[in-house]
Amino acid sequence: MAEFLSPLLNLFPEGMRAIVLILIQIMLVVMPLVIAVAYTTYAERKIIGYMQVRIGPNRVGPIGLFQPFADVFKLMFKEIIIPSAANKFIFFTAPVVILFAALVAWAVVPFDDGWVIADVNAGLLYVLAVGAAGVYGVILAGWASNSKYALLGGLRSAAHKIAYELAMGFALVGVLMASQSLNLQEIVRAQSGSILHWYWLPLLPMFVVYFISGVAETNRAPFDIAEGESEIVAGFHVEYSGMGFVLFMLAEYASMILISALTAVMFLGGWLSPFQGTFLEPVFAWIPGIFWMFAKIAILLFLFIWFRATFPRYRYDQIMRLGWKVLIPVTLVWIVVEGVAVYFKLGPWFA
Amino acid sequence: MSFIKLLFLVFASSAVLSAFMMITTRNTVYAALYLVLTFFSTALTWLLLEAEFLSIVLILVYVGAVMVLFLFVVMMLDINTAATREGFVRFLPLGAGVAIIMMLEMSLVLGPKLFGLDVYPAPMPKSADYSNTEAIGSVLYTVYVYPFEIAAVILLVAMVAAIMLTLRRRPDTKYQDAAAQAKVRRADRVRIVKMPAVQRVNDAAQQGEGS
Repeated sequence: MAEFLSPLLNLFPEGMRAIVLILIQIMLVVMPLVIAVAYTTYAERKIIGYMQVRIGPNRVGPIGLFQPFADVFKLMFKEIIIPSAANKFIFFTAPVVILFAALVAWAVVPFDDGWVIADVNAGLLYVLAVGAAGVYGVILAGWASNSKYALLGGLRSAAHKIAYELAMGFALVGVLMASQSLNLQEIVRAQSGSILHWYWLPLLPMFVVYFISGVAETNRAPFDIAEGESEIVAGFHVEYSGMGFVLFMLAEYASMILISALTAVMFLGGWLSPFQGTFLEPVFAWIPGIFWMFAKIAILLFLFIWFRATFPRYRYDQIMRLGWKVLIPVTLVWIVVEGVAVYFKLGPWFA
Repeated sequence: MSFIKLLFLVFASSAVLSAFMMITTRNTVYAALYLVLTFFSTALTWLLLEAEFLSIVLILVYVGAVMVLFLFVVMMLDINTAATREGFVRFLPLGAGVAIIMMLEMSLVLGPKLFGLDVYPAPMPKSADYSNTEAIGSVLYTVYVYPFEIAAVILLVAMVAAIMLTLRRRPDTKYQDAAAQAKVRRADRVRIVKMPAVQRVNDAAQQGEGS
């Protein structure tokens, strides 16, 4: 990436070039991400609309395409209401914390071979650690609002995120064992071969567990008890209006896209073409790898939206039972199975 | 002063400052958050030492799990800070004595005589493809495998003991057994009864005449 930016970089003094290059890379990731978030909200409303035999937004722009911008402008000009007994500092810090956690993990996500901001050796651990920090935004928002509903939402979210983080971590141990690396680029390279070499097949239970935990981590239906509107109104962000609410929405959709991207990288071969190893490979060789990456992210995002349209919300104890008594044992069993397979070099995946 | 040294000074001073704020602040939630900040700053100083595995695991375990549980408890408590400060003057001499002894001990152990650059020369910076995680893993599971496994078993025993101590049987609570729910078949819930059809109306009318 540094090559075609070199004329621009030469404008800056020698010592600043590295920082400017990093800033440009960050902008190249964050700006498309914000646009993607806007259109994910639109896609969600449209898809759920058609699933419920409605049309969905169709007034602003052709087939409602400018609806997300209308929503953002509406929310930006809304009055920001601060509850009188709220802790103001934490009340405004919480959305920033949650957005920080949703954006920072993108630093290690590879979009194509070598297209990554930071090629970190311990990338998998980094992703887990940053994801773990995201829960603070929800808890602090719940506490600082000084509202019963918000506090309940924050507490629920704290308990269920810890349960699902464990399952997520164990699923990633499976990926680590199969690829022998914590570097996300190495993980993708280890999956090359064909669509059957991608880890969704040898690690099928891990793939399912990881994606379910991902849905739970992002507080999406059917695991959205933190905001369950039928019992606690809107949970942790019930007191937020205007820009604070926008930040929560932005973080929710950004982390949805992040979970989809990570699932694509770890289980669906990242930027690798699905036709690799077949007679169709030369036919589709002209398509850049980033297209396949985006296509996989889009399919997984569609699953997120599909889940929301299909499943009723889990009850609190059911969520806990699923996390602790189903998902974690499944991953533990599969780690043992995988260990045996790796030890005996079971082909074609662990050879 | 190199950039790395500047970073170290920023992170180290933030670690010390937030640790100090944690024990002096009156708000319990603030105290927990300052502790989180202390962990974060410490993790970043470890990162400067090229100990990326320990640094990330510190954030993952302490910030991501332990402190979340702390906050969970602290948020639900309504601690009366005035009551906790009542004995401050009475316990001050004892506390100060303990603090002075601890500081003396630490300065004896951690002084420049034992940890100076001439005793522990600064390690050579490793190349970019050197994986700290891999190095720790290979040592932990070969050289130190017995201490490591024994520590793991001790933790497991502690966990089982803690759960057993707090476990109380409450037979009166209505608890759903998911396995039993899943095992239910139609026959357990519904009984289909076959009955002869009701006779036609005119048949019934004739019968009525007959009787």
